Amino acid sequence: MHWSHKDLLDVSQLSVEEIRHVFETARHFLEINRRPVKKVPTLKGKSVVLFFAEPSTRTKTSFDMAAKRLSADSFSLSKSGSSLLKGESLKDTALTLQAMRPDAIVVRHSFSGAAEFLAKNLYCTVINAGDGWHAHPTQALLDGFTLSQVWESFENREILILGDIAHSRVARSDIILLTKLGARVRLCAPRTLLPFDVKNWPVTLFTDLERACEGVDAIICLRLQLERQEAGLLPDLREYAQRYGLARKHLALAKDDVKIMHPGPMNRGVEISSELADGDRSLILDQVEAGVAVRMAVLYLYLARPGTQLHH
Amino acid sequence: MQADLVVKNVVLNDKKGDLIVHQGKIKEFVPGGTERVQAEEEFDGQGFLLWPSLIDVHVHLREPGFEYKEDINSGLKAAIAGGFGQVMAMANTNPVNDSASVTEFMLEQARNFHPHGPFLHPIGALTKGLTGKELSPMAELAEAGCKAFSNDGLPVENNELFRRAVEYSSDLGLKVIDHCEDSYLSHEGLMNEGEVSAYLGLKGIPSVAETMQVARDILMAAYLDLPIHLAHISCRQSVELIAWAKQKSIPITAETCPHYLVWDETLVQGYNTLAKVNPPLRTKDDVLALQQAVREKVIDVLATDHAPHAQFEKDVPFAEAPNGISGLDTALSLCFGLVLDGVLSNDDLIRLFVQAPAEIFDLKANAFQEGDVADFFLFAPEAEWEVGPETMLSKGKNTPALGQKLRGQVMAHFLRGRLVFNRI
Ligand SMILES: [Zn+2]
Repeated sequence: MHWSHKDLLDVSQLSVEEIRHVFETARHFLEINRRPVKKVPTLKGKSVVLFFAEPSTRTKTSFDMAAKRLSADSFSLSKSGSSLLKGESLKDTALTLQAMRPDAIVVRHSFSGAAEFLAKNLYCTVINAGDGWHAHPTQALLDGFTLSQVWESFENREILILGDIAHSRVARSDIILLTKLGARVRLCAPRTLLPFDVKNWPVTLFTDLERACEGVDAIICLRLQLERQEAGLLPDLREYAQRYGLARKHLALAKDDVKIMHPGPMNRGVEISSELADGDRSLILDQVEAGVAVRMAVLYLYLARPGTQLHH
Repeated sequence: MQADLVVKNVVLNDKKGDLIVHQGKIKEFVPGGTERVQAEEEFDGQGFLLWPSLIDVHVHLREPGFEYKEDINSGLKAAIAGGFGQVMAMANTNPVNDSASVTEFMLEQARNFHPHGPFLHPIGALTKGLTGKELSPMAELAEAGCKAFSNDGLPVENNELFRRAVEYSSDLGLKVIDHCEDSYLSHEGLMNEGEVSAYLGLKGIPSVAETMQVARDILMAAYLDLPIHLAHISCRQSVELIAWAKQKSIPITAETCPHYLVWDETLVQGYNTLAKVNPPLRTKDDVLALQQAVREKVIDVLATDHAPHAQFEKDVPFAEAPNGISGLDTALSLCFGLVLDGVLSNDDLIRLFVQAPAEIFDLKANAFQEGDVADFFLFAPEAEWEVGPETMLSKGKNTPALGQKLRGQVMAHFLRGRLVFNRI
């Protein structure tokens, strides 16, 4: 497949065929990652800047490892640790980075639209590693990929996304990707953590967790930012955990082989019980493993020169 | 008949004729033209419509303090080119216009650069430093030349203080202009709360943040039986409250801006910082409600809320961009587009941009009656122009209209019978 995109800003840019192509490519890299020697020379000589203006060890490490396994050189830049960024506008930082001629910039930023802003200002590839509440395309791709490993098809699958939807880029990207693949998506959260106006979203809304769990094939729990309580969106964490924390009793309402996912890092005992996080329905560690493979696939598709063959 | 100036062959209210001006005042409009007048100066108005100079009761001219965005000179240039003969400038400068010295400085700058107009009327700060804590010295400000008081940009939360401000300013014969926003409800909001904000993952500003404060102001005006003017109304619910207040004869007046009549929240898609404004662009339904409200006189006044910013300030991620649309250059053409679309009439525009503002804030307006101030411009309804950095005279090029072609343009502008701007 000819990959025509310059940037990866959101999964809404990708067609179903392209998403399936990412999965195909990731499946191949997943296999490589399970070999004793995990490195391939595919992206030798390419350089990737990991620009994380908002802290995220997990996603950053995953991208870093993905780049290194493809033999690309990766460089990290964090907002706090760099004099480059002090008091400088995002545009100036971006232009400075571009002047160093990287092939791609992977960006995490607390502002929605920051990745799109960089993409408009830069010639090199921009990969969105999460912007504000807006989008987290590689997370959605790895969530979809993880489920594609256990399901043959997404048709008629019921997937519940549970927790702080309003402030979640993971939820927004997951909804787009999973519905594109044919699944039906439910959202469950207290009203204060649902976006105000989602009448045109292809989802069913629930505020009652038990009803939301009826007959679902998978449940994606979202991380609760503990400061939501201070912002007045929740009365207290205990009440939240009781009403919206996923626990054993909910599994009885779901399909027998229901899968449980979480983008991490988890607040055990808040949005998910520890027992379920470690249980046999949990795909949480599979997601982490898939994350490296999916990000390798993304880097490969965006950075390999046209016509470059994938070497085994 | 004696005359200083005759503008010949110009169209006023569908009638072609000559306008006769003497000593800065309108003498007469003679349909069909006149031969008997001996004028010192003649101006050919062939092909143009005659409009009274517009009044903008809500602009930000940025001087003192933010001259890189706009200064009084450039702001007034944009005003005259946009058809405005008088503008009322908000107090959120640096220093804030909360003392006579700032007011006097602003007036002096205007007189220095534009001795023959356009005319600047400063609006004094309602509270010292716009902090919402203590009343500003309103009498001192009125004496120095302020024509109204407002805490625009930083709404007053304290209802008791707001009440006292309305009472005190009424003693001076001046009105309070309120920026209607509950700042708890709008806290950290970046655009209208709704479908688009949900999709883009941007924190929303709910319309109820405006309507809550509109309701407060209506109740306050009713209780005190004193007038309050509501700035930049943006949504249907506010319109409905104002209509109710007017039915009850509560002394409320209100303005909206051209941008709320022509654009909606969908312009923010793609994180377009040029469409970032406060109050935010609302929904299509709100746009329709506002169009109806200005037609039916529920909303009295059109004002630009001209808010120029430097290009680098808008060239940032959406969350970091300042609020505001530069409006003086484009207001008339955007509204004339509504006339061409049959949404408004020319008479509506004259009422909204001239008569009502003059009445509410006690300013001089021109109705082309004998003795009126000879403030008028010649308007080319067929002229098409592209909004761009070169065609805008304001330093602020921040408008969603950038790159758009608009119809209708001011060709020549006369104030007190003197030609002060000429594009012909
Ligand atoms: Zn305002």
